[in-house]
Amino acid sequence: MEGDWLPLVWLLLIAFAIFMYVLLDGFVLGVGILFPFARSDADRDAMMMSVAPIWDGNETWLVLGVGGLLAVFPVAYAIVLPALYLPFIFMLLGLIFRGIAFEFRFKADKSKPIWDRSFQIGSIVATFFQGVVLGSFVRGFAIEGGTFVGGALDWLAPFSLLVGVALVLGYALLGSTWLIIKAPGDLEDWARRISVRLLFAVLAAIALISVWVAFLNETIQARWFSLPNFYVLSQVPLATAVTGFLLWYTATKGYRLAPFVLTMVLFTLGYLGLAISLWPNIVPHEIPYWEAAAHRDSQLFVLVGAIITLPAIFFYTTYSYYVFRGKVQRDLTY
Amino acid sequence: MIDAVLLARLQFAFTVTFHILFPAFTIGLASWLAMLEFLWLRTGKPAYESLYRFWVKVFAVSFGLGVVSGIVMSFQFGTNWSVFTEASANVIGPLLGYEVLTAFFLEATFLGIMLFGLGRVPRGVHFFATLMVAFGTLLSAFWILAANSWMQTPAGYVYEDGVFYPDSWLAIIFNPSFPYRFLHMVAAAYLSTCFIVAGVAATYLLRGRFPRRAGLTLRLAVIFASIVVPLQIVIGDLHGLNTQEHQPIKVAAMEGNWESRTNAPLLLFAIPDEDAERNRFEIAIPGLASLILQHDFDGRIAGLTDVPPDERPPVGWVFYSFRVMVGIGLLMLFAAWAGLYHLWRGTLETTRWLLTLFRWMTPSGLIAVLAGWFVTEIGRQPYLVYGMMRTSEGVSPVPGASVGTSLALFVLVYGVVFGAGLYYVLKLIRHGPVEVERPAREGEATVRRPLSVPADTIEDPT
Repeated sequence: MEGDWLPLVWLLLIAFAIFMYVLLDGFVLGVGILFPFARSDADRDAMMMSVAPIWDGNETWLVLGVGGLLAVFPVAYAIVLPALYLPFIFMLLGLIFRGIAFEFRFKADKSKPIWDRSFQIGSIVATFFQGVVLGSFVRGFAIEGGTFVGGALDWLAPFSLLVGVALVLGYALLGSTWLIIKAPGDLEDWARRISVRLLFAVLAAIALISVWVAFLNETIQARWFSLPNFYVLSQVPLATAVTGFLLWYTATKGYRLAPFVLTMVLFTLGYLGLAISLWPNIVPHEIPYWEAAAHRDSQLFVLVGAIITLPAIFFYTTYSYYVFRGKVQRDLTY
Repeated sequence: MIDAVLLARLQFAFTVTFHILFPAFTIGLASWLAMLEFLWLRTGKPAYESLYRFWVKVFAVSFGLGVVSGIVMSFQFGTNWSVFTEASANVIGPLLGYEVLTAFFLEATFLGIMLFGLGRVPRGVHFFATLMVAFGTLLSAFWILAANSWMQTPAGYVYEDGVFYPDSWLAIIFNPSFPYRFLHMVAAAYLSTCFIVAGVAATYLLRGRFPRRAGLTLRLAVIFASIVVPLQIVIGDLHGLNTQEHQPIKVAAMEGNWESRTNAPLLLFAIPDEDAERNRFEIAIPGLASLILQHDFDGRIAGLTDVPPDERPPVGWVFYSFRVMVGIGLLMLFAAWAGLYHLWRGTLETTRWLLTLFRWMTPSGLIAVLAGWFVTEIGRQPYLVYGMMRTSEGVSPVPGASVGTSLALFVLVYGVVFGAGLYYVLKLIRHGPVEVERPAREGEATVRRPLSVPADTIEDPT
């Protein structure tokens, strides 16, 4: 019911899990997207090694996001997944090719180029369809009586495809700024040059999507452009512009950690903009989050588990990043 | 119009059949690795180190395939079975949530340290990482089997207006079939790995490769199997009794028993005919089914005709799969005890017919696992939640064409992926547990490889 703290806590937790996924698998997928542009096989080895020990943990946030949605907001889960059936299947197939590349590439010799392709195309397909899912989500679904009644190809709309392309650019930027931190020597310089180019493309995509969103839906338009909302909410695009400038500055001036952090800030602002546009609906324009929630006992039961396990997850995830800190060793293997 | 329900079932059956192979293998393999690393830590013997380093590579490939095919499963609850999910999410959802929170993160994160951490973290920490991965695989099995068992023998819920609500979490998790299913599956996973490990070792011995390491491996596997196979047969029997109590019609299908009767025979072979409601070409041992299931020759066994045809599972699938599973179980018992006898006589590593048997039985555990899952899942039909919700009522409102397309894509992609995975595992096995040539690290770097790659070893002196 409206005003209950429990589904709100869960909405924030699941939004957090999905956002963690976007940031963490975002840079791993980004490294994959940049793979074909690497100049040598040794560079590709280093790029892959920079993410190999941690990619699996990063991807698990997706399972938490979707599993959490199932457990806590089953109504939303049961509408969104069938509605976006094909994009989700394509995304999963992309993730399969990306994921197996980690295991197979290290064991391949002659067939290495196949797994280079698998890694790169898998990453691009997975990312693109995550963007399509996001774009279709923002556009909303044809729903009657709590069930999706639209067509199998409803997601095939210009806006969704644009978001797909934008996310490919965005993840690539996360990947390139990650490589600034992790890549050895000349590969770092390469990552810096790529980052600056990607930054301009990403900012253009953000601007285009922001304008387009306002025309998609009257509720979204009213939320952003009515007074006094406008005075407060216009800080989001302003902050985005400032972040973009700082990112350009730090990437060109040799800062190592700042570009990656600022890219994450850029994503945070985008996510915030999305939240402002859609609040409080979990199925956009149709169902507010409290109406999609599971039984209270179910929410409480998983919350107890989350409160106990999440600190432990943070602890050992941090430890794992600590173990593999610093520049990539080119000979790291197992 | 294409039958969307059948396609959705086929797709789920295909993806889950493919998926379960890898958890079944890695549950056992993770524990096997933990044991090898423990022995390596305790004794410092290079044999254990090379075995560990060998099997961890096989583990990485299998685990990777398990991860990518598992993520698909977590989406399919919604893409294929959204109506079921909406009805049962209050009960099933939290169990899956706990699986992610307690098991998936643990496995995935410590896997990185397990695979890439040797030389970067202290040996004890690395062993701890291996233990956590092994523990994670078992925790994962715990939660997913709790969810599956609840669908077989639902308990601890209140059913109102087509939705399941939780009443007691303990009753939901420890539902009637869960303890048996969990033990049966974990033992099955351990035995699958045991026979793969034994089969690989036997192959090496037959070819005269790595005789000491392969001999050591085979001895360990034979001792393990000779204890766990009989244990598994007892667990399986108890599981069967539990099924007899809660899902008698499934047992009737397993036994191919059409009419409810006492002194029911055990069918060694038959061809069940669903239309005629009887079997053809029966080869039977009188009274034995009653003895096994009721522990009494006069025990009454339910018959398929106790319920109308639309409440019966597809009999043939269940009947044959059950025979495959039990047949492999008995063959395993023979192989394990024959191995034990030759181990005692000191002829285990030279008895070629037995080595050949182990070699051919390399995939036997995995085949038995699949057969067992076919029995229990097809035997649950026509229900999704046994006795409560039919499979046809749980399917997503997705057009058959979409499901058909994705099914075709999955078959294609899994074929390629599985083929490649098998190729690389076989390649690793051909290479074998060779002498360990450790890459130079830390202090060693300057001694062994003074000039080769100075930059990266100096940059990050972990």
